[in-house]
Amino acid sequence: MSGVDRLNVPEFERPIVELEMKIESRRMDLAEEKDQARAKDIQAEIADLEKDLRKLMDSVFEKLDPWDRVQLSRHPNRPLTSDYVAGLFDDFQELKGDRSYKDDPAILCGFGTLEGRKVMVMGHRKGKTLKERLECNFGCAHPEGYRKALRKMKLAEKFGLPIVSFINTPGAYPGIEAEERGQSHAIAENIREMSNLKVPIITLTIGEGGSGGALGIGVGDRYLIMENAYYSVISPEGCAAILWHDAKKAADAARVLRLTPNDLIELGIMDEIVPEPYGGAHRDPRKAMEIVKAALLRHLGELTSLGVDELLESRYQRLRGMGKYIEVAA
Amino acid sequence: MTWDSSRKRGATDGLWMKCTSCEAMVYKKVVEEQHHVCPECGFHFRISSKQRVQYLLDEGTFKPLFENLESTDPLNFKGKKSYREKLQQAQKQTGNREAAVFGTGQIMGKDVVFGVIDANFIMGSMGSVVGEKLARGAEHALKHNMPYIVVSGSGGGARMEEGILSLFQMAKSSAAIKRLQDAGGLYVAVLTNATMGGSMASWAALGDVTIAEPQALLGFAGPRVIAQTVRQELPAGFQTSEFLLERGFVDQVCPRKDLRQRLASIIRYCCKDVAAFRKSGARHTAKISVPAAAKAAAAK
Repeated sequence: MSGVDRLNVPEFERPIVELEMKIESRRMDLAEEKDQARAKDIQAEIADLEKDLRKLMDSVFEKLDPWDRVQLSRHPNRPLTSDYVAGLFDDFQELKGDRSYKDDPAILCGFGTLEGRKVMVMGHRKGKTLKERLECNFGCAHPEGYRKALRKMKLAEKFGLPIVSFINTPGAYPGIEAEERGQSHAIAENIREMSNLKVPIITLTIGEGGSGGALGIGVGDRYLIMENAYYSVISPEGCAAILWHDAKKAADAARVLRLTPNDLIELGIMDEIVPEPYGGAHRDPRKAMEIVKAALLRHLGELTSLGVDELLESRYQRLRGMGKYIEVAA
Repeated sequence: MTWDSSRKRGATDGLWMKCTSCEAMVYKKVVEEQHHVCPECGFHFRISSKQRVQYLLDEGTFKPLFENLESTDPLNFKGKKSYREKLQQAQKQTGNREAAVFGTGQIMGKDVVFGVIDANFIMGSMGSVVGEKLARGAEHALKHNMPYIVVSGSGGGARMEEGILSLFQMAKSSAAIKRLQDAGGLYVAVLTNATMGGSMASWAALGDVTIAEPQALLGFAGPRVIAQTVRQELPAGFQTSEFLLERGFVDQVCPRKDLRQRLASIIRYCCKDVAAFRKSGARHTAKISVPAAAKAAAAK
């Protein structure tokens, strides 16, 4: 598995990876072993190790803590927007630029065809190589990124293309220039326009749903989230810094914020959890693609059968219903 | 002005106060007369929602709306202090049930739907109730064909203690404002110190016309977070009203004492039903002249 960093993984996953590497090395020994008796022993050993591995994985993945899930959402080998775009869409035509300032590589947009269905694809781009990651500010978009997305959404609206939005950002970029160019205004405008854009919008959080930076391309008709993704008003680190003046208490903050897919469903924000291959999407990206594809196609099918008025009214009512409060007697 | 230490101690007698911006000792009564603005440096002190209503609306016209909405603790949030405790404390301090105080009223004779986000209530942060009131306010304005004026003091942005529910109030409020604006309604955002984060990145940034009070802190990310991220000193005046004005993100910076007149004027320009406006506003708007073209249109 070239290009995959096998040891730069969350701590809870390390024993698993180590055991896997051990199994792999024994397999190589087996391939080279000429003596049949000894080969048989190695085979038995591998079988035992595999049993251990299964047990170990069960024990780890059965009881994932919210913070573990946050780490999985940021996993270095986890499929990114660019992977889903490459893996799911035919004839992808990237469309760049906000026509006002520059092209922000932290947001990827373009035409794509999903099983014959023409759509506009967009998503946060974190980058694969170090160079790309730096260019993309690790998935933190500037105002021009949001403005680019809005332009492409308007284009999709004009030509009746449904929109599929992949969300994966730690948050919008907090920088001097981002403020100078109106980060708040760019996000606000996207949110407002998406609430009433006349084509279906499916949002899928594939990794990090980082606050306003996520919502800036995250309003739509369907709110889907992958099993090991999170969505939060503030990063666990930021929350910990506010609550306990200690960013290292992020794990505690992750528990307080109720940011896991199950929490988000319970709170009435997300519609559906897209399951991942056993142990996370990074363990079997191809299978993850298939599952995502099926989910997207199903929702596209449902949404494209609706009339525009019905679509927009239900999108509005869905948003109007978000939030929890009580009405006390006056 | 210089003050020796004995005079400074006199501050505690309640007649004097220290300006939080220029640190001058100023006579409280003068500050109050000047709409809670420092007579020395022009700093706009934080005021309560009640004072805001008093400064901007015609006397006795304010009628509260959506007063019965109250926050719950949907996450059962426990930081240093529980969210419930925080709410109770803020309610006690402000006398309001929530940070958002909404209602109808008149500005120089013109009916408006009016909202204030009170910065004194958990930093004016937006939870479910604030978002709901913002949305209902827009819907009310649309239904009754009235201008919608919201004064923000929301330095807290989206309220962390309500987690994801707060974040999506950004979308809820913006969607309702969109409907009002698409139908031809007027929405004016008045930005006051401070308006940040999720509030600034949604309803506060979406005014048809946007007016900011001087020297208010307005932005997306907090200055400390930015300084930590970019590891350099922030430019002078960064994220102030004047900074946003220069970069094209607000229409005007307007001192508090002129706000009411300014809002009345904007409403006049953006009010489609000129005849009705003149009729309802005639008693109060002697100083507002109606342009000849509008007069002619109204006469038809």
